[in-house]
Amino acid sequence: MSFVSRGFKGRRREGGDSSRVPPGQYLTDDFPVLSAGPTPHTPLDQWTFTLRGAVDEPRSWTWEEFRALPSETVTVDIHCVTKWSKLDTTWTGVPVATLLDGVETSADYVLAFSDGGYTTNLPLEDVADGRAWVAFEYGAEPLDPEHGGPARLLVPHLYFWKSAKWVRGLELREDDKQGFWEMYGYHNYGDPWREQRYSGD
Amino acid sequence: MARAAVLGRLSWQLGTVVELLPEATDVKSIVLEVPAWVGHRAGQHVDVRLTAEDGYQAQRSYSIASAPEDADLVLTVERLEDGEVSTYLVDELRVGDELELRGPIGGYFVWEEAQGGPLLLVAGGSGIVPLRAILRHRAAAKSSVPARLVYSSRSLEDVIYRNELAGLEAEVTLTLTRVWPDDWSGRRGRVDTALLQEVAWTPAERPLTYVCGPTGFVEAVAESLVSLGHEPARIKTERFGPTGR
Repeated sequence: MSFVSRGFKGRRREGGDSSRVPPGQYLTDDFPVLSAGPTPHTPLDQWTFTLRGAVDEPRSWTWEEFRALPSETVTVDIHCVTKWSKLDTTWTGVPVATLLDGVETSADYVLAFSDGGYTTNLPLEDVADGRAWVAFEYGAEPLDPEHGGPARLLVPHLYFWKSAKWVRGLELREDDKQGFWEMYGYHNYGDPWREQRYSGD
Repeated sequence: MARAAVLGRLSWQLGTVVELLPEATDVKSIVLEVPAWVGHRAGQHVDVRLTAEDGYQAQRSYSIASAPEDADLVLTVERLEDGEVSTYLVDELRVGDELELRGPIGGYFVWEEAQGGPLLLVAGGSGIVPLRAILRHRAAAKSSVPARLVYSSRSLEDVIYRNELAGLEAEVTLTLTRVWPDDWSGRRGRVDTALLQEVAWTPAERPLTYVCGPTGFVEAVAESLVSLGHEPARIKTERFGPTGR
């Protein structure tokens, strides 16, 4: 490394487990909020979660039906492209694999869609293999609207913009259609361990 | 939806600090000469990377304060208590130092004249920075799009770009939330629904709105605007800082 910022010492992490912090990230105990517009407030009696697109037939769950599905409580580390990481966050949600169970599809990709118009794209295998949830509790409390409640996608192995807030469903696709931030130059996949922040990284 | 950006790899590049301008309490503008800068749009940001002698690095994002038309790239940085990067940028950085950055980043919280208006810009604290870039761009482009700025600050000493705001040809409403001079004749208190109803455009005028500030500020302002009947799809937000929870 050739360039050195004159006079910069930096604050070394103390006590933190640096093996759990991806390159370019710093640890925070707060839970910062990032979203592109006003927070939507969809009443639960109007909320549904839908699988559509390249599926044998679209499926949809009401809030009650969704909440009756078996859920898991997981403790995971999350990494935001704006550089903060937060360790040991606890969520409860329905595994996406459970929602996809029995679905016949020719799709290789999903486009998650949300209230407010937000979308994000992911390979189907990244949400179908037990590493993704539709989360409705954070820290044993109902998920706050500003953090994506009533339910958000949780895909902690990718940068957190992939964990779409206010998620309302997945569109299964044979082709890979860019989502909201991906169209604005953010990385198509977003692996924090390979520091895939922006297109071309 | 606005056009998509098509970007190659954003490479790290070096800029040289040519000027440091105190803007307000704990706030400085860093004026940079960046030879390989490709240009930007008003509202975009850059990533800054600091490297210590032993190779340790820290990165943060900062909004660009300058207009695309300005000769130099300007970042305006507020020193955060405990801020690893902002304390270096505000306290340690000197004219002649080099700074490593990459960008421009972000294509959503951006304004170009073709997007029209009228513009409603609502800033809390250092959330003024990208909105100042938008106003400078609007002025440099001699745009006829009308603009209103609502700017909330803790005190007069915390107002960033205080001497410049009046010259940007926007209707400016400044409100002080904590401390104000004895002879202060301006607004006091937070940006709330009543203030927005009074000084923002009406929903029928369909303003294109940009809100930037701490999370609580942005949440409150966006909720107020929606409750007044403004279209959520025309309200762009950018938030920073912790939630306090």
